[in-house]
Amino acid sequence: MKTLADLRAIKEKAKLEMATREQTAKYRLVVAMGTCGIAAGARSVMTAIIDEISKRGISDTVVTQTGCLGYCDQEPLVQVMQPDKTVITYGKITPELARRIVAEHIGRDQVISDHVFMQS
Amino acid sequence: MRELSLHILDIVTNAIEAEATRVIIDIRESQQEDDLRIRIRDNGRGMPEEMVRQVSDPFVTTRTTRPVGMGISLTKQATLMSKGTFDLKSTLGKGTELCMRFRLNCLNRVPLGDMAETVINLIIGTPDLHLCYQHRTDKGRFCFDSYWVLGRMAENDWSLYQTIAPAKEFLQDKIKTIESLG
Ligand SMILES: Nc1ncnc2c1ncn2[C@@H]1O[C@H](COP(=O)(O)OP(=O)(O)O)[C@@H](O)[C@H]1O
Ligand SMILES: [Mg+2]
Repeated sequence: MKTLADLRAIKEKAKLEMATREQTAKYRLVVAMGTCGIAAGARSVMTAIIDEISKRGISDTVVTQTGCLGYCDQEPLVQVMQPDKTVITYGKITPELARRIVAEHIGRDQVISDHVFMQS
Repeated sequence: MRELSLHILDIVTNAIEAEATRVIIDIRESQQEDDLRIRIRDNGRGMPEEMVRQVSDPFVTTRTTRPVGMGISLTKQATLMSKGTFDLKSTLGKGTELCMRFRLNCLNRVPLGDMAETVINLIIGTPDLHLCYQHRTDKGRFCFDSYWVLGRMAENDWSLYQTIAPAKEFLQDKIKTIESLG
């Protein structure tokens, strides 16, 4: 079983490796974590995103959380803030769709148009 | 919600929205005393007394976009439904403390659920939050302090994503160890 000290060591090692990488975020993924989002499954959506990002070793994307965005019937919602500052909001996201967003939108710059709920 | 850990995620998200920089999640389970206590403390902006009363009432809401079902009232409902007690204290400018208490073996109690997932999501979602997760049972206890383990992180600290899988595994192992009936 890992100890807290092991975790610290892993973190330090990763930090050294990462120091050589690109340091500006290209994309920002924002998961809506208000009550409505959480009740609709936002936690598993975020878990899927984190898992896919770390598995793919993506280092130019930041994942954050926000509260209720005011579209409770469309939850879980994920916003993708793009390099050109436009925002694509995906609605009714499942963990599977969340993985696709990382693979296609983040990985290959391809918007998954069928699931876009809002664009601004 | 199906898990208390989802309510906890929601309550800590409130704290983050109230600009808390430090949050403590304290869980104590005792088979011997048939007792489960969950306490969440933050150093956010706090609430005036009047508001504390209002948000605890399931049918009063300050939001205009939606009539009922706000986070705190849902949490309170989940507690009362399983004959637990709910307590909310807040001081303007100081912080907020929410306490839920249940009979551990009450049949219709909502299960605690996946605390590792809740803690990991909070750390990723708000990496500069100082989150302390303490969990104690009759079998043992542990404390996970996000600053101690990961340091204070900026949100573009990519090494976070490389550390998160082992951190989650660590939490799952620890929880399993103290929850196992031996
Ligand atoms: N930890 C906290 N610190 C300060 N204010 C809080 C905290 N938790 C809740 N509040 C206040 O109570 C209100 C109601 O919270 P909640 O029941 O979770 O509903 P919602 O988050 O949807 O508004 C919040 O909008 C906020 O103003
Ligand atoms: Mg809330």
